[in-house]
Amino acid sequence: MLKRVHFPTSVLPYLLVAPQIIVTLIFFIWPASQAMYQSMLIEDAFGLSTEFVWFENFQILAEDKHYYDTFWRTIIFSVCVAFLSMSVALFLAGFAERVVRGAMTYRTMLIWPYAVAPVLAGALWVFMFNPTLGIFPYLLEFIGYNWNHYLNGHQAMLLVILAAAWKQVAYNFLFYLAAMQSIPKSVIEASAIDGAGPVLRFRTIVLPLVSPTTFFLLVINAVYAFFDTFGIIHAVTQGGPAGATTILVYKVFNDGFVGLDLGGSAAQSVILMILVISMTVIQFRYVEKKVDY
Amino acid sequence: MATIKLDQLTKSYGPDEVLHHISGDINDGEFVVIVGPSGCGKSTLLRMVAGLETVTSGEISIGDKMVNEIEPADRDIAMVFQNYALYPHMSVGENMAYGLKIRKTPKDEITRRVNEAADILEIREYLGRKPRQLSGGQRQRVAMGRAIVRDPKVFLFDEPLSNLDAKLRVQMRLEIRKLQKRLGVTSIYVTHDQVEAMTLGDRLMVLNGGYVEQFDTPIELYERPASIFVAGFIGSPAMNFLTATGGDGLVVLDNGTALATSLKTSGAVIAGIRPEHLIQDPEGVLPVRVEMLEQLGANTLVHGVLDGTDTQIVASVTGIQSLPINDVVRFSPAPDELHLFDAKTEKRLS
Repeated sequence: MLKRVHFPTSVLPYLLVAPQIIVTLIFFIWPASQAMYQSMLIEDAFGLSTEFVWFENFQILAEDKHYYDTFWRTIIFSVCVAFLSMSVALFLAGFAERVVRGAMTYRTMLIWPYAVAPVLAGALWVFMFNPTLGIFPYLLEFIGYNWNHYLNGHQAMLLVILAAAWKQVAYNFLFYLAAMQSIPKSVIEASAIDGAGPVLRFRTIVLPLVSPTTFFLLVINAVYAFFDTFGIIHAVTQGGPAGATTILVYKVFNDGFVGLDLGGSAAQSVILMILVISMTVIQFRYVEKKVDY
Repeated sequence: MATIKLDQLTKSYGPDEVLHHISGDINDGEFVVIVGPSGCGKSTLLRMVAGLETVTSGEISIGDKMVNEIEPADRDIAMVFQNYALYPHMSVGENMAYGLKIRKTPKDEITRRVNEAADILEIREYLGRKPRQLSGGQRQRVAMGRAIVRDPKVFLFDEPLSNLDAKLRVQMRLEIRKLQKRLGVTSIYVTHDQVEAMTLGDRLMVLNGGYVEQFDTPIELYERPASIFVAGFIGSPAMNFLTATGGDGLVVLDNGTALATSLKTSGAVIAGIRPEHLIQDPEGVLPVRVEMLEQLGANTLVHGVLDGTDTQIVASVTGIQSLPINDVVRFSPAPDELHLFDAKTEKRLS
């Protein structure tokens, strides 16, 4: 039998949780409900009148080919960013584990990019890849490759993927390093005695043992690529050329604040909200489950 | 099957030398136990043989081949770790097959050898389980199984029993001993437990502070300890040490008592006598003031001081004895069981 503890009723507990609830209400629940309400409105071109249209905005989106294109582009972008940043982080962490001298310096340097603001990271990459001023287009010229991400959509996509992945490497690196350090040293030694070289050890022992971290990071990186890359894209390509780097979150901004289609933009953000909620649910489900190799 | 030869092995971490010129030959099929207190370098020595630690100077040879620069994988050794080091994501069977798979052994051969080893260790029914589903003793067996399927030249054991409870430890100790005799594989076993060392080893290498104190059979270690350290480390309860002055055929204790010996010594010496070699004797030359009794059933340990001094004495008398506390009881040392050590070098005088 569970015994329940009864406290005398008082206002104190309500006062103690009030700040949290107020912040959540003002900054999360209210805007979210506003977005939901807004997604059911259509405004005229001059902003003089609005009409409540129920799900018409969603219907328009469902019939919009551009929206589907953006959807797929976002998926491709996210998969590339997650794969690239996680594999680079895994690679670096694998080596950081082996470094003996200067390990602290090496690790600190690798964590730095995480402290760089997304827009600044974007600006950095814009400079490096500027078709007329940048160092990389200059170098690529030598092997006869013409780089101009202002004109070439694929190059622009590649550039935002690189910039977004670079930003996330540090975060992934930290988690992978921690995961690798929690593998008992003797297990690695046992596999060395069993005859496995460094590469085989990494593949057959380290990789399976960090797989819970890999799953966790997969969700985190997907969420990052979906929602937190706005700053980078805005700084690097502004979604162009010709929408080639416009992902869902950028389209929300573009349609709402540039195209001034507030209802359609709100509908898109509601869809995004549903996406992030479902991703979070998946993650929580998994984290709560006991880790099983 | 192989011999192991350690020749002037030294290990330093930066400027700190932790092992000093360790030498010793281990015969084919021999079970050698490296024993010593924590921090004496015994695990480091084992890890050097395994190839997990580099050699600062000196040579290690396994079966006539110098292995200093050879990777652990190519030394043809198997090691059992203190924490078992089982691969947590693999089943027991996969754990045991891992080394064979890496060496590209044919599938049916792997199955045969894994089953054979599992039968020897009676873990056949656990082959499909993950290590975390096993008890400590079962994990220990799996770790042993992983070592024996490989059929290596040398087994290395790094305190494999220290995580088990006392009863299981005694049982596994006997099993390891039997298994090693059955397989006849040259083995090195590291432990800090002198009872484990005495029961397991064909020969014991006693390490202290990075030096080999003595490398000999358990009986020899007990009967003729080479130094005060070995004398105090081997045997339970520990040997009694009495400061004395040497003479011709006798030594004189600080309280004036003369003890007979066959040696001729001079200057300051330490006389050692094991508790079990002190015989209760009304005419005895050693008066002991009893301070405490430990009743163990089969024998009684008498703790006291040599009357008139502060020197602690422990005597082991057979059977259940109740001696009055604070009374003086006289003991005499058993003939020829007196060990004499140089007070300065702490080495045996013989």
